[in-house]
Amino acid sequence: MASASLPIPQQRRKHLTIVLLLASLALLAIAPLFLYPVFLMKLLCFGLFAAALNLVLGYGGMVAFGHATFFGGAAYITAHALKVWGFGAGSGLMIGVAFALVTGFLMGIIAIRRQGFYFAMTTLALSQMAYFAFFQAPFTNAEDGIQRVPRPDFLGIVSLSDNLSLYYFVLAVFLLGMAVIWRVIHSPFGASLTAIRENEPRALSLGYHTNRYKLTVFVISAGLSGLAGSLKVLVFQIATLTDVAWQMSGEVILMTLLGGVGTFLGPVIGAALVLTIQNYMASTAIPVSIFIGLAFITCVMLFRKGIVGEIIAILPSASSSGSDRRKLEP
Amino acid sequence: MIFGVPLVALASQLVIGLFNGAFYALLSLGLGVIFGLLRVVNFTHGAFYTVGAFAAFLLTSYAGLSFWACLVIAPLIVAALAAVLERTLLRKLYGLDALYGLLLTFGIALLIEGLLQFYFGVAGQPYQVPDVLSGTSNLGFMFLPHYRAFAIGTSLLLCLLTWLIIEYTSLGAKLRAATENSRLLEVFGVNVPLVLTCTYAFGGALAGFAGVVAAPVFQVSPLMGANLIIVVFAVVIIGGLGSITGAIVSGLMLGALEALAKVYWPPSANLVPFLIMAVVLFLRPRGLFGKGE
Repeated sequence: MASASLPIPQQRRKHLTIVLLLASLALLAIAPLFLYPVFLMKLLCFGLFAAALNLVLGYGGMVAFGHATFFGGAAYITAHALKVWGFGAGSGLMIGVAFALVTGFLMGIIAIRRQGFYFAMTTLALSQMAYFAFFQAPFTNAEDGIQRVPRPDFLGIVSLSDNLSLYYFVLAVFLLGMAVIWRVIHSPFGASLTAIRENEPRALSLGYHTNRYKLTVFVISAGLSGLAGSLKVLVFQIATLTDVAWQMSGEVILMTLLGGVGTFLGPVIGAALVLTIQNYMASTAIPVSIFIGLAFITCVMLFRKGIVGEIIAILPSASSSGSDRRKLEP
Repeated sequence: MIFGVPLVALASQLVIGLFNGAFYALLSLGLGVIFGLLRVVNFTHGAFYTVGAFAAFLLTSYAGLSFWACLVIAPLIVAALAAVLERTLLRKLYGLDALYGLLLTFGIALLIEGLLQFYFGVAGQPYQVPDVLSGTSNLGFMFLPHYRAFAIGTSLLLCLLTWLIIEYTSLGAKLRAATENSRLLEVFGVNVPLVLTCTYAFGGALAGFAGVVAAPVFQVSPLMGANLIIVVFAVVIIGGLGSITGAIVSGLMLGALEALAKVYWPPSANLVPFLIMAVVLFLRPRGLFGKGE
């Protein structure tokens, strides 16, 4: 899709995207003045998680149903490293990401052998296996989880003990993660990936090692999901089974779907929406899964492009190009 | 003694394994039939199983119906529910990417489980084994609980019946024809949309039946199907989607292997289905009985 010179409507869209990005950046910088920082940090963690999943789901066209393994697995490793091994914040995050990259590689190398729903089922089954492995591993304390994880300083100088300074640290890591995603999407690699998503046999016949591309994006996505999970440990100081359970994999798919699969900001907006409603639902007696289920049904039946996707579709400048029409792999 | 485990312990674990395997077989058979025709990976299958168990529980405790009546009525209730879901929601997604069907059925499953949780809580409800089947027999080398033998027997009988219907009746022929080329079948005057609805309802009924049979052994709880369905997915991948023999053989095999794992190395029992799946994917990506895509 990325030709050397973009047609004018696409260029206008590009400007619009940049303006939107700057505006949301400014909003994020002043947000803790108005909103509870811990909730905002949760939002950033899940936003990054959903955006990471979107790399595979939206740009790779693969429905991955096992991303909780990377998110929750990295959370466990980071929590253990911070609490037992006495790691700093930076190295704690890094070891979580490293774990997610390795598990991502292992899961990816098995799962990409099948496509479509087989891929979805395989990732789901493998992540369930990881769930049981974590459940039985002694260091995770099964149902209790790893609690009272310390918040060490970053590089030994930046204190993360109060919520406000931690917020800016989390924001910085979030932006770093989003920058990586932006870079991946807008690189020749990202363009090849889109080509594979749109028509894998053709990409294969053009000489692309499609499986290598799919595995690479899967591993990148796993690593970033791990980063999000490790960040969450710093915020909540706890790592539990909830984060590795399959429901989490479903939730993050919903966030991405609701915001807009294959759009840059959609997953973050979807995450914000899901978390806000969950927050509200927590005060009622209604199980959250009713809301998640209804949201899935509504989204699939009524607006498959997601919030951001639908907005892009009705923008007048976009109607002529339609190159941003992201669809799932057939 | 076999590898340091007494024969009695081994045999009774194997019976439990085959009992679980019978559920795997029934559920993956329904999944396979639905997938073959509708091209939908039915995530709601676990919820159908749960609904079947709850229907039996409610029919018995509020309407005073016997287990045997429930065995017939509960699957019909599930079939009706499935038919409604297919007509109102699933149908609208047929022209689209098949993965939307997966996401929709996932949402429906969460909704059903959430509703059951809301009305009945997370705790399990007990369900009585019918008196006729409550005893055990001494086979000399082990004690065989009658109910488990009954459950394995009826489940396999149902699988066999399904296979006979699909292979040897005109209805089955239509089903297979619809799987191959539904357009052409429609030209011949067959009401294909109705065939689709019936198939989905039938798959749901199989899951509902499994739910009723499971009710006396496992407790009736809203999440009983959610955890089972993922193992069933692994069974389906191992057997190969769309293969009836594959569903039955790999279902039973997995149940038995899980039981053996429980005897020889308990912590690995939950991991076994997924490990086998990973190995099969490496050696035979299409599954043991799969023909190709």
